[in-house]
Amino acid sequence: MPAFACIFVPDFPLEALLRAEPELRSQSLAVLEGKAPLQKVFAVNENARRAGVSPGMSKLQREACTSLVLRARSLSQEAAAHATLLDCAQSFSPRVEAAGCDTIVLDLAGLEPLFGPLPKIARALARRASDLGLETSVAVAGNPDTAALAARGFSGVTVIPEGKEAEMLGSLPVEVLFGNSAQESGQLLETFSRWGIRKLRDLAALPDIALSERLGQAGIHLQTLARGATSRTLVPFEPQLIFEEVIELEYPLVLLEPLAFLLGRLLEQLCARLEARALATQELRLCLELGNGWQTEEIITGTEARRSFQRTLRLPVPLLDSRTFLKLLQLDLKAHPPGAPIVKIHLAAEPVRPRAAQNGLFLSPAPEPEKLELTLARIAGIVGEDKVGSLELLDTHRPEGFRMQRFAPSEPFSPRRHPSTVLRAGSATEKNNPHFSVQMSSMNSSVPELALSERCLGGGFSTDSSDDLVTALRIFRPPVGVVVTMEDGNPAYISCPKNKEMQGEILWAAGPWRSSGDWWEQEGWARDEWDIAVQGETGIALYRLVRDRLGGRWFLEGSYD
Amino acid sequence: MSSLPLVSTAAPGHPVAVAVPAWPALVFKRLSAMPKLAGVTPASRLEVRPTPQMVSSGVREIDTLTGGLPRGCLTEVCGPASSGRTSILLAALAAATQRQEVCALVDISDAFNPHSAAAAGVNFEKMLWVRCGMRLQKSGSPQRHPSALLRAGSATAKNEKIEKPVEQGLRVTDLLLQSGGFGLVIIDLGDTPLKTARRIPLTSWFRFQRAVEHTATVLFVISQVPCAQTCASLLLKVSGKKLSALSCQFSAKDSSPTHAQLLDGLQVQGELLRSRLDRKPAGSVTAAFATKVRAG
Repeated sequence: MPAFACIFVPDFPLEALLRAEPELRSQSLAVLEGKAPLQKVFAVNENARRAGVSPGMSKLQREACTSLVLRARSLSQEAAAHATLLDCAQSFSPRVEAAGCDTIVLDLAGLEPLFGPLPKIARALARRASDLGLETSVAVAGNPDTAALAARGFSGVTVIPEGKEAEMLGSLPVEVLFGNSAQESGQLLETFSRWGIRKLRDLAALPDIALSERLGQAGIHLQTLARGATSRTLVPFEPQLIFEEVIELEYPLVLLEPLAFLLGRLLEQLCARLEARALATQELRLCLELGNGWQTEEIITGTEARRSFQRTLRLPVPLLDSRTFLKLLQLDLKAHPPGAPIVKIHLAAEPVRPRAAQNGLFLSPAPEPEKLELTLARIAGIVGEDKVGSLELLDTHRPEGFRMQRFAPSEPFSPRRHPSTVLRAGSATEKNNPHFSVQMSSMNSSVPELALSERCLGGGFSTDSSDDLVTALRIFRPPVGVVVTMEDGNPAYISCPKNKEMQGEILWAAGPWRSSGDWWEQEGWARDEWDIAVQGETGIALYRLVRDRLGGRWFLEGSYD
Repeated sequence: MSSLPLVSTAAPGHPVAVAVPAWPALVFKRLSAMPKLAGVTPASRLEVRPTPQMVSSGVREIDTLTGGLPRGCLTEVCGPASSGRTSILLAALAAATQRQEVCALVDISDAFNPHSAAAAGVNFEKMLWVRCGMRLQKSGSPQRHPSALLRAGSATAKNEKIEKPVEQGLRVTDLLLQSGGFGLVIIDLGDTPLKTARRIPLTSWFRFQRAVEHTATVLFVISQVPCAQTCASLLLKVSGKKLSALSCQFSAKDSSPTHAQLLDGLQVQGELLRSRLDRKPAGSVTAAFATKVRAG
């Protein structure tokens, strides 16, 4: 037996706002639409309805209700709520139809072995939607249209058994047939009203031919809907994998604490949506729209005078922890403050497959990625972003020929060494699916490493360790400038005005070793190096003495230790 | 309340233990009945601390001398400039990264030379390098005060202070140890002035010791003089042996050595000053080893 479920969100614009501000659920809330000062009430919640507020009221009329909370309609938040609804449906079935911004129909064929009987699936759908911040009505029926009508007409969870469609739909008013397009069908509704037809059972009982003569095919179609006897195939909709959340603020934010509060809420919503799709994220994009206020040097985007401040948080591994993301964003904003009041927050996450890690008894300890990211962000706040990370040696003989890069230790069984499995918008989950083969190849490549780890962890020491011991050079950053006295072409005495310990008679000197490079560029360099032994107060110390042949300066580059 | 005396106070100022073991069960029962002493464990029932797991230091002679580097303990290597401390540091780092352990180097003097490390065999993919240095730090940071302004440069000069490298290094080390998961954490105090190094409060070392205790982390410190004092489970003093020999050999000014003679490695002598791993005095046990010139 085919089965379809419909998820319907009553008062969708209101629910979209309540999803962002759930604390308003217990208050009288009205959504306004239009340009000030001609804004009219567009949607109200139950509390406001009881207080006498109804859609279409003007500013003067609604002022009678003093405790009414007013919010402007936000299309961006409605888009995010619609995407959330799709995520909720997609977490149960891949065959989903978007029947409207507030209505989603999904095919339940074959889901009973996975999720249990149909009533249980309907309850799970309502619970999942509630977890995502939306209060919904869910109905299950044998065809999509009946399920949609039942979801619009009945609140809560409704399951219509096969053959009982007409009986159960009969008690619903005829207005549910038109849904959001009630205004376009005002003429039909007026006709039904003149005929005395209030309920669907009245419409279903009309003779077919007489109805066709008077209303045409539209009337027959409505009657078929009222009887719950339609038969059509679902039009599957493949939503794009876009995870974005937006908050438009009533007043500009100037403090980090309220901003963090809002960011935390957005991150929780994003993580819940990603979790519903069994995904994680490796990149967070924060875009703050700045109001007029302090002077800032940020880029002015577009033709509008509003400035946007963008930060991108890239993670070495896919994560799905809103608290970690919030802390990272806080630390990032602390290091890079936007510099102006914030009027709109836009947060987006790039979906990727979650990290699959296999721990082992004999593997070396490694920091947890979430903790490591937070630690690195905190350390960057202490020493600076360019002072923490891992090294990469450059292919050059230039002194200090290295650069810092992001520290991301590879795990023995991690798929990180291979191309990222980023899911692009619109791409199906089958795209870029080398996961299994990736893991297998990683396991094969790490067998020697594992054997080494086991040997070392077991207490066995490398026998030829001392052969690898090298004479290390400690670099002075910046180099220490010295005055050198030459004798017979060799340095004989050095004096250092800044450091008395680094001056004295040169006992031995070996050199010079001449090197140069990058002469074809502006940053060319040429130098003579000497290794010298200097008798200091505490003993003999070995230094590397360098003469810059371009500038003629002498300096100590480092000491051998 | 029980009146069974545990310590005789007959002679004021000279308490004498009373022979109570005749009824140990009764004593333990009464001890547990007293609220203040309910959590007291008799010394006879204290568990012996397990011997820490030892890992290779990368230098065979040091492994022979000390048994390796103990996990979950603080190891300190001290010595003057050009005594071979950094060579030992690189050897330990190379050994740890070859064991696929994640390591961290808190470089307080920003003196690390990547080319020497590459020559020693350090795997940079597994090494986190934190370079400390003078930096203006906003005292009114949003992390400490969440209500700070989201405005660039809002902090006035009064709210800014210069954080010294040692302070940075201690804070960074604290974060790294609390984060956990590192096989080796190195604090390089090799070029830190003696006065500054000695001013590091003992409580910091105690905190570090407590943080690595019962973990697989080796906390390794190099310095000019012993800093961690009793917190160090292993204290090794190194000195450049070859420099002294050269001093005698080339006392005459005219006999200047070639490059190979001067830097064909350092003869390093290590002396074990303290080891709290085996409960016996370490004495003055020494080991000598040599380094090779491979530095760039």
